[in-house]
Amino acid sequence: MSDLIKLSLKATRDGLKNKDFSAVEITDSYLSEIEKSNSKLNAYISVEAEQARVMAKASDVKLAKGQGGALEGVPLGIKDLFSTKGTHTQAGSHILDGFKPEYESSITTNLWNDGAVMLGKLNMDEFAMGSSNETSYYGAVVNPWRAKGSNKDLVPGGSSGGSAAAVSAWLCAGATATDTGGSIRQPAAFTGTVGIKPTYGRCSRWGVVAFASSLDQAGPITRTVEDSALMLNSMAGFDKKDSTSVDISVPDFATAVERGVKGLTIGIPKEYRMEGMPQEIETLWQQGMAWLKDEGAIIKDISLPNTKYALPAYYIVAPAEASSNLARYDGVKYGLRVAGGSIDEMYENTRAKGFGAEVQRRVLIGTYVLSAGYYDAYYVKAQKVRTLIKRDFEQVFADGIDAILTPATPSAAFGVNDQEMKEDPVKMYLNDIFTVTVNMAGLPAIAVPAGKDGSGLPLALQIIGKPFDEETLFAAGRVIERSANIDFTPKKWW
Amino acid sequence: MSVDADIVRRIGHLARIKLKEENLQGLAGELNTILGFVEQLDEVDVSGVEPMTSVIPSTLRVRKDEVTDGGYSDKITSNAPISEDGFFMVPKVVE
Repeated sequence: MSDLIKLSLKATRDGLKNKDFSAVEITDSYLSEIEKSNSKLNAYISVEAEQARVMAKASDVKLAKGQGGALEGVPLGIKDLFSTKGTHTQAGSHILDGFKPEYESSITTNLWNDGAVMLGKLNMDEFAMGSSNETSYYGAVVNPWRAKGSNKDLVPGGSSGGSAAAVSAWLCAGATATDTGGSIRQPAAFTGTVGIKPTYGRCSRWGVVAFASSLDQAGPITRTVEDSALMLNSMAGFDKKDSTSVDISVPDFATAVERGVKGLTIGIPKEYRMEGMPQEIETLWQQGMAWLKDEGAIIKDISLPNTKYALPAYYIVAPAEASSNLARYDGVKYGLRVAGGSIDEMYENTRAKGFGAEVQRRVLIGTYVLSAGYYDAYYVKAQKVRTLIKRDFEQVFADGIDAILTPATPSAAFGVNDQEMKEDPVKMYLNDIFTVTVNMAGLPAIAVPAGKDGSGLPLALQIIGKPFDEETLFAAGRVIERSANIDFTPKKWW
Repeated sequence: MSVDADIVRRIGHLARIKLKEENLQGLAGELNTILGFVEQLDEVDVSGVEPMTSVIPSTLRVRKDEVTDGGYSDKITSNAPISEDGFFMVPKVVE
């Protein structure tokens, strides 16, 4: 294995600028590692080797002249949810069979404008619906982490499971991901990587396959907090093609990373102390408070009384929006088509074959809660609860809280094909219990690896911030990363 | 509120997903588990609460009503399973 691929995104960028190595060299190192490892991990569903080398060569020309963007020559993996012109874009689904967009998403456009190199498209839960990456048409992704003394395959979390696994296993220097209920933060937590979901409206949704439009937000998964700041800087920005993109300047996130937490007031919401929460999660949380306190933060107990209603409200809002967004997959415009006697039969056959079980389940739930007679009882009610959830956060921020510290997930990574979760969809949904509130309120939140459980698997803490205050999250996240001082590289078995 | 096989069949039709008869009962069970879970919301008093329309306070931007894009039906139909002369082709809908 070439040591180049073990570099952080920051070190990669700096090494390229200093001409310590070339973009072609590091791109080839990643491509050869992907070739060796991907059959075991299944993180990439499409590798774009030829295009990657073309992009890397172009970067080398610029770098040789001392030119180039903020990520010039840095090899990245892209979640299959992002439209990339002329290359595989299927949202992990069968229904988009063979789809190759004629356009490029705004976020990936930003990344290529800054000089980044695309290695390929990363596996994910179908249409980002899942918490284990097992709903992908392309099969489960395997977590590079294994429990001590065990050969059992674990899930990398989801829906951005391919992104998290690829970053953790050195198959890219950083990856794009998306988060509708926890799909960046939970996989980051399960793989010992850093994931940030920015404020709703910070990153353009244009060209990102829609799941639940009022909740979807893209962000990076990286190996360090500093890398996260650098990559978000390139991804973020106003885009007039997305009507919910917010026209606000993007600060230089990287300068916030070493800012520290001195004088900040960090809230600890009592409602996140869930019944039956494992002791090691509680211990980790206490440790996180101690670290922030040691660096000069003030720790304060707070209450977010509507927390427990976030997940049930989410399971109305998200499927409702999904059922509407996914109506476009009808066998006419793109992807799979299964013949039928009439146009309706063609639609029904196509969608029955093209959507997997979890997507069908959510489209059915969404169709039901939006159907005549139920709209007020379910959807309107859920949107009212959402107002209350957001109000809880507004209240504590108005009372002087700068950021909120919580666990990221209720457990470490679980096994592939977990029987209990298979039998009860709600059990799988509970993975998002700590993350989903943030999507419901449109806030930014970061997951930072902070410790390990009894079997040596990574555990993460989450920091939630005020709207458009990602800088505080990077500063506090860095304090946790530095204080934990744990090596989060998985032991290579693959 | 709970669903049975008949309701699932009807929702399947509304969603344009062909469901197998033998799966309806199982699906009804799964949907009822989810609907049971969301029933917790009944405890919340939402009287006088406005439903959320946007997480970030914003008003939709408007622009001049003019053509800013288009003229490439070949690209738009390039991914279609069946297309002809820049049109999507579907089974006959008018007798």
